[in-house]
Amino acid sequence: MKKPKLAVWKFSSCDGCQLSLLDCEDELLTVADKVDFAYFLEATRAKLKGPYDISLVEGSVTTPEEVERIQKVRKQSKVLITIGACATAGGIQSLKNFANVDDFINTVYAHPEFIDTLETSTPIAEHVKVDLELRGCPIDKRQLLETLGALLVGRKPNLPNHSQCMECKMSGTVCVMVAKGQPCLGPICHAGCGNICPSIDRGCYGCFGPKELPNVPALTEKLSDLGMTKKQRHDVLRTFNAAAFAKVENGHG
Amino acid sequence: MTTKFTTPQSVIIGADQLDRLIKALSGLGYQVIGPKLEDDAVQLLPLTGADELPLGVVEEQAPGTYRLKPAKTPAYFDFTHGAHTWKQYLFPPKEKLWSASKTPKGLVIDDSMDTPKYAFIGVRACELAALGVQDQVFVDGEFASTPYKERRERVFIVALNCRRSGGTCFCVSQNTGPNVKDGYDLALTEITDKAGHRFVVEVGSSRGEEFLAKLETSQANDTDLKVAKKAVKKAAKSQDRTMPANTADILLRNQESTHWQDVAKRCLDCGNCTFVCPTCFCSTTTDETNLDGDTASRWRQWDSCFTLDFSYIHGGSIRRDGAERYRQWISHKLTHWHDQFGVSGCVGCGRCITWCPVGIDITEEVKALAKGK
Ligand code: SF4
Ligand code: SF4
Ligand code: SF4
Repeated sequence: MKKPKLAVWKFSSCDGCQLSLLDCEDELLTVADKVDFAYFLEATRAKLKGPYDISLVEGSVTTPEEVERIQKVRKQSKVLITIGACATAGGIQSLKNFANVDDFINTVYAHPEFIDTLETSTPIAEHVKVDLELRGCPIDKRQLLETLGALLVGRKPNLPNHSQCMECKMSGTVCVMVAKGQPCLGPICHAGCGNICPSIDRGCYGCFGPKELPNVPALTEKLSDLGMTKKQRHDVLRTFNAAAFAKVENGHG
Repeated sequence: MTTKFTTPQSVIIGADQLDRLIKALSGLGYQVIGPKLEDDAVQLLPLTGADELPLGVVEEQAPGTYRLKPAKTPAYFDFTHGAHTWKQYLFPPKEKLWSASKTPKGLVIDDSMDTPKYAFIGVRACELAALGVQDQVFVDGEFASTPYKERRERVFIVALNCRRSGGTCFCVSQNTGPNVKDGYDLALTEITDKAGHRFVVEVGSSRGEEFLAKLETSQANDTDLKVAKKAVKKAAKSQDRTMPANTADILLRNQESTHWQDVAKRCLDCGNCTFVCPTCFCSTTTDETNLDGDTASRWRQWDSCFTLDFSYIHGGSIRRDGAERYRQWISHKLTHWHDQFGVSGCVGCGRCITWCPVGIDITEEVKALAKGK
């Protein structure tokens, strides 16, 4: 059987999610044995022509060039998987969606005239059809391997959309909100990170984005009871998944 | 499993015997699990000696909060239930059912089970009642689970009569506690008075009786028994939370109540209540494969009626609205459970109230429904 061709594409992002793939040290050789890395500039200079069986897309769309390029990627990909908060939600850079972009550009760059950027940072799914989404900033390596493994044998990957709380409870982690009064986004946040923050004694800060139908107002009220100011409650939802939380913050999404 | 057994007499063991009890059980090959203080909560974890028990700690529980504080009297078991349930051990969150591997010799199926021999220390009356409820599902039911059965049959239960109720406990109103009734090997009641720190021990099985010979015991006198009884009565009296007696009916009559929308506004659909509930037994099945594609395994893992996947059938989820999901949860637990198993699915432990991040109180919701709100 011919090996499936895998491509990894980068849009506006920090490369951290692609690194998660390289970070699969123990499994990387097996992956390399099962697929051809046809296009993965972070790892190899070799470039094979499309079409590709599996495309992993990192990053959001923030420039006119990216608007066009994502269409080309889609056309060449049988299965397109977005990886990480940038690709699935617009990333931290979607903060510009709530501000005047020119103000940012003028503040940050010495030569603003060289910058060609869009007003907004948008997730890949707003431009093309996406087959699977891997959440997180960065993605969870087990979820990535689970997804690749599933595709290789032709089954559905296990990527639950439920709350982070369920992950905590299943691993026996004590609820930081109930037992310590710490603010936590777990009840509205998508599971999948492997329970990182609550298991080291801090609240979830939402890097996997909103869970299925999150009840943000109900949690916001609780965060207020726990002493968060209005500004803090606003800011805590304006991070890696800012644009995704903004869409659901007024009620069940 | 323990069968009903009555011994003529209760005995006394000194508090110093607890260590011996734990070590003797370990010596018999039991994996001893009991209360341990970790991460600002009492958890149920492996124990190697009595020095690991949280001596002199009590907790304050209220809807949505749990806090530990030092006790006035240093006792071993004056906290009530903590962050964990025994179901984690008997009905683990994720369990492999079987796996199949491609080998040069052909397909090899592995359906070996993980069935450790547990000893549980400090099982409360509500928790014993909950074990009885889960037994109906996993031991006697149509969907019985062999590994559950094996673990359950082996488990040695050191039960505990509560002499203090937690802030969300309502076992009295559910008729399950705070005194243990049956289903244990040994049952303890802690006494801390001038006559010393000791335990009244009741024997609930021949296995328990046999084991007791390993400890230094003395005859319990009338005063000991009276003190013990009085303490448990006091715990019962201190409970102010109740579940209405006609709850099953209240829910049946109010399936279309507007109150469900009121709950849905507050409920996060997070599923915490179902996972901390000692009787909730729902699970889902997932298949996994390794990267090489030569081994496939089937897993059973906890599931909750608060997820969309739970009611997903071809074309979508049946219960998309949070109101429908909360209604499903408590209607099953408090009404349909009676039809299915002949008992309520709620033993009155109050865990779902404490560990609900927004403090939704199952008893209050039933009362609000009763008022036709
Ligand atoms: S429904 Fe709540 S109070 Fe009743 S047994 Fe379950 S967790 Fe305990
Ligand atoms: S509900 Fe009753 S038996 Fe259970 S911990 Fe509370 S007082 Fe003890
Ligand atoms: S009742 Fe509480 S614990 Fe249960 S799903 Fe709703 S918010 Fe979560």
